[in-house]
Amino acid sequence: MAERRTGDVILDVKNLSLRFGGVKALTDISFDVREHEIRAIIGPNGAGKSSMLNCINGVYQPQQGSIQLRGRTFTHMNPRRVAEMGVARTFQNLALFKGMSVLENIMTGRNLKMRSNLLAQALRIGPALREEVEHRAVVENIIDFLEIQAYRKTPVGRLPYGLQKRVDLARALAMEPKVLLLDEPMAGMNLEEKQDMCRFILDVNDEFGTTIVLIEHDMGVVMDISDRLVVLDYGKKIGDGTPDEVRANQAVIDAYLGVSH
Amino acid sequence: MLARNWPVMLLSAALMIGLVLPLATKASPPGFYIEVLLGGLMAGVLYSLVAMGFALIFKASGVFNFAQGAMVLFAALAVARLAEQMPLAVAVVLAFVIMVVLAWLIERLVLRPLVNQEGVALLMATLGVTYFLDGFGQTLWGSDIYKIELGIAKEPVMILDNVFQGGILVNKEDFAAALVAALLVTALSVFFQKTSTGRALRAVADDHQAAQSIGIPLNRIWVIVWSIAGLVALVAGIMWGAKLGVQFSVSQVALKALPVVILGGFTSVNGAILGGLIIGVGEKMAEVFLGPVMVKMFDLAGGGIENWFAYVLALLFLLVRPEGLFGEKHIDRV
Repeated sequence: MAERRTGDVILDVKNLSLRFGGVKALTDISFDVREHEIRAIIGPNGAGKSSMLNCINGVYQPQQGSIQLRGRTFTHMNPRRVAEMGVARTFQNLALFKGMSVLENIMTGRNLKMRSNLLAQALRIGPALREEVEHRAVVENIIDFLEIQAYRKTPVGRLPYGLQKRVDLARALAMEPKVLLLDEPMAGMNLEEKQDMCRFILDVNDEFGTTIVLIEHDMGVVMDISDRLVVLDYGKKIGDGTPDEVRANQAVIDAYLGVSH
Repeated sequence: MLARNWPVMLLSAALMIGLVLPLATKASPPGFYIEVLLGGLMAGVLYSLVAMGFALIFKASGVFNFAQGAMVLFAALAVARLAEQMPLAVAVVLAFVIMVVLAWLIERLVLRPLVNQEGVALLMATLGVTYFLDGFGQTLWGSDIYKIELGIAKEPVMILDNVFQGGILVNKEDFAAALVAALLVTALSVFFQKTSTGRALRAVADDHQAAQSIGIPLNRIWVIVWSIAGLVALVAGIMWGAKLGVQFSVSQVALKALPVVILGGFTSVNGAILGGLIIGVGEKMAEVFLGPVMVKMFDLAGGGIENWFAYVLALLFLLVRPEGLFGEKHIDRV
């Protein structure tokens, strides 16, 4: 894999611990993500990958530790602030707005950036109309980019799974994020869909310079596209490094293949 | 959508036949028939408004807000008593402010602590809110019957008396009320379709988690939704209060709106409107025209159809189309 132009640390997770009652979901996790990097979080089922993402995203409040995002340190995140700071995400189980068309779904990604007042929006006058047109242009760009032009007006529920995943990604991209969190972007896809998705992830990273943090089960895919990986098992970090380093890590091999005691 | 569902077709056909039968059989003079129809539509508008409140909140937060009827009463009481001390317009605006504050308090004190609890717990909580509002309204404003004077002539006006024998008696107040309701519905639908806040509301209604991820603050959205429900309650309360006086029975309108949301679909604002009109007209027609027939045929005491018609219709709908006219159909994979 060609050398990528990674920059400074954009996201730094420090000593993060998360418990649900007596269940330790994450224990003392630290890792950093550099700008323009594709960083994967991998691990067997129940390793705490999604919990990790939800902490970064502000959905879960970790009991210990802090998260540094674009130079600011937080002990508690909230989803709104995270979104305002340029972090977008997609979901493992599709979380699209079923009552809306593809276009409307993607337009919701622009919501935070809409500034004109309600009445002007309702009446479609002056600056509000101009604003709507601008947002629409951005969205059209993303639609072209992800090759879903034909489905603009289709209600999302009618699309096949792979395309719905693409709409999910499109909505996140509409936020023009600095950091994109992808929760199993290829789960449940067939080979062809996986290849498409891989291509989109690499293109997003390449063309928009978006930093990508992704969770994935498919080891082959992860090893191919990520710069560095964090490996979690039972809520603990057992490995961190480039694909080659992780592949050679005995603890990781044990976790994935099992060990005889 | 309805074409392939023959039980629904059958039920709709029965309703339509019921609607035209009194005219077709000449059981009623046309003028009187139209009066009954209009009366039913007016009651229907009120049901629609209350049902809309239900649907809005259910859609956005998954909470079945039993307190919608109590909110109608609370708003009506506020307007009636405030209007004694100030001009009506000011009283209405102030009452709206009160409803917004109420929405905010409910979000803070009731909904937020109960986030992620079972639906039943939330339903119970809104039941609690219902009784609190009933009682607290009384504490604040007293329990007499109050009047809301809109300054529109109460005397019915005779129209079309050259077309029908005896003409049609209509109430100007009713027309004003229908107009206001229509305006409200139009404004709300523009708000939902065209504004970014409306889009955010629909997003939250569809998927909480995804809405959060694009930076929509759930708590603020809930306050907005409950405020809109408060506004709808306020309009319903004023209409009801102007027509029949503000009294505690107003709160019972929630029970009439329940079959309306079943009919229309729990998550559909359009369904609430249509369902309200169907039930409003249906029960009036049944009372006036079906009642006497039943009395004659089965030698009954008669009357009282208005009380159960809505529920029987709702039950029939549950049998043939559980998701309601416009509700979301859930097909679960097993």
